[in-house]
Amino acid sequence: MKATTWAGRNKVEVRDVPDPSILNSRDAIVRITSTAICGSDLHLLDGYVPTMQDGDVMGHEFMGEVVEVGPGVEAGRLRVGDRVVVPFPIACGVCAACAAELYSCCENSNPNAGVAEKMFGHPTAGIFGYSHLTGGFAGGQAEYARVPFADFGPLKVDGDLSDEQVLFLSDILPTGYMGAQMCDIRPTDVVAVWGAGPVGQLAMDSARLLGAAQVIAIDREPYRLRMAEDAGHTTVDFSEVDIRSALLELTGGRGPDKCIDAVGLEATHGSAHIHVYDRIKQAVRAETDRPHALRQAILACRNGGVVSVIGVYTGLVDKFPAGAWMNRSLTLRTGQCHVQRYMKPLLKRIERRELDPTRIITHTLPLDEAPHGYNIFKRKRDNCEKIVLKP
Amino acid sequence: MELTATTTIRKPAAEVYAFWLRLENLPMFMAHLEEVRSTGDRTSHWKASAPFGSAIEWDAEVIEEVPDELVAWRSSADADVPNTGRVRLVPAPDGVSTEVHVLLSYDIPGGDLGKAVAEYFGEEPHQQLDDDLRRLKQVMEIGEVMRSEGAPWGKRARKEFPQRPAQPLPPDELAQEART
Ligand SMILES: NC(=O)c1ccc[n+]([C@@H]2O[C@H](COP(=O)([O-])OP(=O)(O)OC[C@H]3O[C@@H](n4cnc5c(N)ncnc54)[C@H](O)[C@@H]3O)[C@@H](O)[C@H]2O)c1
Ligand SMILES: [Zn+2]
Ligand SMILES: [Zn+2]
Repeated sequence: MKATTWAGRNKVEVRDVPDPSILNSRDAIVRITSTAICGSDLHLLDGYVPTMQDGDVMGHEFMGEVVEVGPGVEAGRLRVGDRVVVPFPIACGVCAACAAELYSCCENSNPNAGVAEKMFGHPTAGIFGYSHLTGGFAGGQAEYARVPFADFGPLKVDGDLSDEQVLFLSDILPTGYMGAQMCDIRPTDVVAVWGAGPVGQLAMDSARLLGAAQVIAIDREPYRLRMAEDAGHTTVDFSEVDIRSALLELTGGRGPDKCIDAVGLEATHGSAHIHVYDRIKQAVRAETDRPHALRQAILACRNGGVVSVIGVYTGLVDKFPAGAWMNRSLTLRTGQCHVQRYMKPLLKRIERRELDPTRIITHTLPLDEAPHGYNIFKRKRDNCEKIVLKP
Repeated sequence: MELTATTTIRKPAAEVYAFWLRLENLPMFMAHLEEVRSTGDRTSHWKASAPFGSAIEWDAEVIEEVPDELVAWRSSADADVPNTGRVRLVPAPDGVSTEVHVLLSYDIPGGDLGKAVAEYFGEEPHQQLDDDLRRLKQVMEIGEVMRSEGAPWGKRARKEFPQRPAQPLPPDELAQEART
């Protein structure tokens, strides 16, 4: 089959690889009908997630049709022919973490848990196409994928919804929603969202859905800010104004009540000298992550507010504003999304037209053009916001 | 050499105890064991796997049993690598899980065999036992050892970094994987 593979830093290639096969009894094989490129894939492309290897199949946002099931999958749960959206964290459904709905911390799904434990203190779940640290699972930017715990994770969707309407239930819609949910939004809240990428846009829509009085989008890409504005959100271009002052101005000096970091470890900074400091430290590996958005969110947030972090960090950050966080009674909440927790309720919201994730799709490309897709998504060319690949 | 490791398994102590008491189950998750065969009421015959010294086999006997709480065993005195093991089970505070505390000790001999065993344990000896217990937890909670394309070898996936790519296995590797 054809698959998008990591071929070293800054290089992905569509290659011929063997077809997947059942390795564990609760596996299924899915023929992929739609798959997407995520901001998290850019962290892999750019080499900021350790333990990527040449030939690793990329992709963790995918859906399709079940073509084979393992002997441990009960027919009542999943059958050949079912149409499914696959959640990106691989979760067993029976361990203590899964029982607590902390699916991205599943205790049984990562065969390389020992390595993850060294890096993070405790291990985390397996994730499709997302380095060997998260298990070394082949990803879904391919014609087929093997899906472990297929009787538990995948969401069956039948009926009239298009792939485009439900595909993002695999990751970015639940992620954006979780980012907003972690804010405990009240009707008087102003919610500021750093990053108007796909995840940020869906966090903004979710924040509004959960009742925020106002949602502020922060980015420096005019077309992405325009997209947020078209969806009814207030926008701030951080390359043109001082972000803290702009936010104070918009909130009568209070600061946003709730702040969402939807940028992560490759943030850029409006101020050149601070950016250079972190770039250099990151280049020599003295600091692995560039936490500009996180720092700004903590410093801007109103006293007693919540900073909700859905942008990905992988290692160590420098100059973390611990004083602001501690002295101003801020709450910091975060996590890789526990997607399985949100798929069904969010499907309902899509069916009720409360959320329309298709609004962020700017490109639909054949799988063969994945390298071009990565290029325009990374470089923000051609007004690229979200790419759907068709195998 | 003494190794300790611990894990929490979401199963009642009685179930975990019954699993350990059947020492034949140990090779399912312990990488250094090829086979354990029961030879009597409290006695068993153990065979090591290749990296641990493929030619070694020994007899062992259960020396302590407290239902749902403790199992301990000891190799016979003439074993090439004399060893003992002890597993203590403690109910976890959540009321449904069981803490498993394992203590293994080995008398590592001199010579080539001692070298092979030392090499097997490497620089971080407890890592092996940690990984063994992670697999025990998988076997008890999900019924099997978790495999990925990058790490498809189940319990033989030791220290294999870099791994094979996270890419489906070609038929020959798949056939090999099925044998392990
Ligand atoms: N927590 C999870 O489970 C989860 C799931 C999916 C994605 N993510 C992460 O979410 C983040 C965003 O993903 P995406 O797909 O939207 O990626 P993206 O790269 O398309 O979007 C990031 C956006 O942030 C903007 N940005 C950069 N620096 C900024 C700054 N200092 N202030 C404000 N905006 C800034 C960029 O211009 C870009 O538009 C990534 O880190 C991704 O890994 C997390
Ligand atoms: Zn993603
Ligand atoms: Zn689990």
